Amino acid sequence: MAITSDGVKPNGIEVEALVREFKKGPRAVDGIDLRVEPGEIYGFLGPNGAGKSTTVLMLTTLLPPTGGTARVAGFDIVSEGPRVRSAIGAALQDAALDPLLTGREHMRLQTALHGIAKDEREARGNELLERVGLSRAADRKVGGYSGGMKRRLDLALGLAHEPRILFLDEPTTGLDIQSRTALWEEVARLAAEDGVTVFLTTQYLEEADALANRVGIIDHGRIVAEGTPAALKAEIGRPTVEAVPHDPADHERMAAVLGRFGELAGASPKAAAVRLAGGESQLAEVVRALDAEGIAIEHLQLHAPSLDDVFLTKTGRSLEGAEEAEAEAEEAAAEEAGVA
Amino acid sequence: MSPAVRTQVGQLARRSTLRTLRQPAQVVPALVFPMLLLAVNSGGLKDATNLPGFPTDSYLTFALAVPFMQGALFSVMNAGTDLARDIETGFLNRLALTPLRGMALLSGLLAGAVVLGAVQAVVYLTVGLIAGAEFAAGAGGVIVLVALSVSITVAFGSIGLFAALRGGSGEKVQGLFPVFFVFLFLSSMALPLELIQADWFRAIATANPISYLLQAIRSLLIEGWDIGELALGFAIAAALLAIGMLASSAALKTRLVRT
Repeated sequence: MAITSDGVKPNGIEVEALVREFKKGPRAVDGIDLRVEPGEIYGFLGPNGAGKSTTVLMLTTLLPPTGGTARVAGFDIVSEGPRVRSAIGAALQDAALDPLLTGREHMRLQTALHGIAKDEREARGNELLERVGLSRAADRKVGGYSGGMKRRLDLALGLAHEPRILFLDEPTTGLDIQSRTALWEEVARLAAEDGVTVFLTTQYLEEADALANRVGIIDHGRIVAEGTPAALKAEIGRPTVEAVPHDPADHERMAAVLGRFGELAGASPKAAAVRLAGGESQLAEVVRALDAEGIAIEHLQLHAPSLDDVFLTKTGRSLEGAEEAEAEAEEAAAEEAGVA
Repeated sequence: MSPAVRTQVGQLARRSTLRTLRQPAQVVPALVFPMLLLAVNSGGLKDATNLPGFPTDSYLTFALAVPFMQGALFSVMNAGTDLARDIETGFLNRLALTPLRGMALLSGLLAGAVVLGAVQAVVYLTVGLIAGAEFAAGAGGVIVLVALSVSITVAFGSIGLFAALRGGSGEKVQGLFPVFFVFLFLSSMALPLELIQADWFRAIATANPISYLLQAIRSLLIEGWDIGELALGFAIAAALLAIGMLASSAALKTRLVRT
């Protein structure tokens, strides 16, 4: 059992060979191993249906695994479910709120169900509503909230009982940039100031890049890469040059020229792209080669390696293009756990 | 009941009551449609009072028991669709992440049915009396009638909870409505049991617990105080509630697979 020398259960997550297999579907989670350190923000990145939400449902005790083990806050997710739940907070996919209740009524219900003393409930609720910027909207019915407000309330509800570990399942999906940034700031503050461990699933590369100390990339239920965003990108190491010819008829010739400098990469329909085998220093050579072939360039851009490049390298597919094929398994998981 | 469980039931009851009161679309049909049917039935079937052995000369008084049962059927839909929505939206999972006890959840969810049952009883009786129905049990009987209405509404509401937990969607709960209406029609809804001529119909109506719930309500309207009829009515409501809660509790364990 993971217990520190002073007898306090750590705020980490340890997962070994975790599996979730569904009767009528594939293995949604196929033997993953991961470790999240106390106070860390761990980004779990992958396309829709990759197994992110199924993993979260298992780690939050809402779906029993069919294989492997996991300990959350030092407690086994199968045999110590109630203890796990008392240590965690969660904002699951699609803010699960009651449109007929106000924000304040949600807080009152949540704090009461978590056993917070009656005389502390209101203060705790007000504090959290203030923290997520919903004090002025606290007495409005949630049905009239914007997507960002619902997500912020969802986060506040997940924090009602001062959890040591917070699970956020795609917390910013569907939000505008402003709401997304505000939520990122709050999550970062929770980890930095309150020492809350955050397990965050996302399909947004920039979210994982901006927030996570470490990232696990999941595809088809398996973790295909893990490390800090910087280390993962450094592992790929090769920047990409993307160019658009002035004359669309030159597209194939341009691709052939670019192909001399490395492996061709995915690009928009009008453009051609190459992952530079020799790094950024080859950029001038690329321009000279295109000029020598008489190909006029309308647009040229150098991309530093991104987490999408990491995903592409590890799976052979771009993260953006991998979503639809994997959605079915995740839907099966949601159905089995009673989530819409 | 421990203080923690009491708090859980209380908070969920508060939510359930607020939800019911904030959804006029749930309350109004449960009040209006049974009254419309009462108007139609009491007008069209009043000659039934000429049958030898009919217990009253006011068909309106006889028929006034039926809205209480129709109202209870609405509570199946209301309690069931509310819970089904919680399942569909993931709100049930939010609750599952708290130390909430299953029975506290179910009990709290039925609080809305208690409110609806009480409001229905008062409205049906008031409208019935204004329209000329009799109420033999007097003022004390009103309290018993409200208590009986609440008991029946809660009992039926528990069946709605079971349907929601098994089906997991509002549509599946609503699909039960016609089934329950058939049960209502195959009871002593239109005639006393002993005056039903068709043997098969009388046999079914005699076996149908709804007949005895109707008789318990009618006993207050027509006879005054018939302890036997009332006790049977309350006992059947209690039995239905026990069955509904046990079935819902088992279905909740299947629905909530938390470890």
